[in-house]
Amino acid sequence: MTQKILKGSLLDEQTEITLNELCRACSSPAEWVIELVQEGVLEPLGKKPLRNQQTQWRFTATSLQRARTAMHLQRDLGIDRAGVALALDLLDKIEALETRLQLYEQREP
Amino acid sequence: MEFKDYYKIMGVNKDASQDEIKRAYRKLARKYHPDVSKEAEAEARFKEVGEAYEALKDPEKRAAYDQLGANWKAGQDFKPPPDWNAGFEFRGGDFTGGDEAQFSDFFESLFGRGFGSAHPGRQQGGFNARGEDHHARVMINLEDAYQGATRNINLQTPELDNNGHVVTRQRSLKVKIPKGVKQGQRIRLTGQGSPGMGKAPAGDLYLEIIFNPHSIYKVDGHDVYLDLPITPWEAALGSSLKVPTPDGKVDMKIPAGTQTGQKLRLKARGIPGKPAGDLYVTPHITLPPADSETARELYRKMQQELAYNPRRHLGV
Repeated sequence: MTQKILKGSLLDEQTEITLNELCRACSSPAEWVIELVQEGVLEPLGKKPLRNQQTQWRFTATSLQRARTAMHLQRDLGIDRAGVALALDLLDKIEALETRLQLYEQREP
Repeated sequence: MEFKDYYKIMGVNKDASQDEIKRAYRKLARKYHPDVSKEAEAEARFKEVGEAYEALKDPEKRAAYDQLGANWKAGQDFKPPPDWNAGFEFRGGDFTGGDEAQFSDFFESLFGRGFGSAHPGRQQGGFNARGEDHHARVMINLEDAYQGATRNINLQTPELDNNGHVVTRQRSLKVKIPKGVKQGQRIRLTGQGSPGMGKAPAGDLYLEIIFNPHSIYKVDGHDVYLDLPITPWEAALGSSLKVPTPDGKVDMKIPAGTQTGQKLRLKARGIPGKPAGDLYVTPHITLPPADSETARELYRKMQQELAYNPRRHLGV
């Protein structure tokens, strides 16, 4: 039996996702995403939208990874919003350092 | 099925207080959290700890588990006694597990199914409810990002059957990996998540791209790095060399006077895209061994005829 090859859409830096898509992918309500934006964890695209236009917010697709990590940390470790924001910044820093370290590590002689 | 020693997994004594169990859980959860830990077995350990906590944090479940007796050892073949949990009531709800969390058969034989999904109530809200999104990872090779590929993906999806019970369904998908993907990016497959209720559409499936570690290349974003061994004369005199790239061999010019550790850029030979990444080649000068009279003679000749002191800047 030949199986159909599925073609998805690649979510790269240029891809925008809606508030609704972000909420669904995190199984979380819009209020939660709004909280993350207020905490500076996520940044909606474009100039600061008005309060009553939050449903029109759009995000870069890379926000998805950040939002999901925030969700896991809050849910699994009981970290509050400010703690999640700090943890995410530190995780970003660690990742950047580890990538650099990898490049500097001497190859086997 | 194997007996699981939940106290041992949590690293607490059998008479530990609920507070001690909570503390142990928090500590282990931070240590093995898959978003934080780089340990190889982190995800499996995290699930195991979550399951142990699920059983022990609820005094009713814990009492039932304790009733199995102290003689069981971890890994021992286990069958629950026929009416072992009579008189206990498990209220469920408030489960710790992640959205992809599946508890072991051992847990389910004790406390029943239907707890594995973190949001058991979410899908029952109305007659028309969009299916949940699912998330999975797919491992690819760096070369796949250059050329594109198709990958078979096996998924275990928890689903509700006609009687409302959670059943695990095995699903296999063939997915196109587009050229130019980068580590951590996602591919969205519309409608491949949980089926919707009523007339509502199915959820989506998100596949996170993870690169297998490569034996010769390192990757940072869309740039790729390669260490290239070269000879002293190739470095000193300059040369044109064959260099491997994930897309095949290319010719590269090494300028005269190249030193170890310099970064030479092959423009647009990194991961393809708009813009394409670059391939950075770092030459490493390696010495030919002085293991023959000819070789030793050449080194002696250099010693006598080249006035070279690499330690001048150290003042010696």
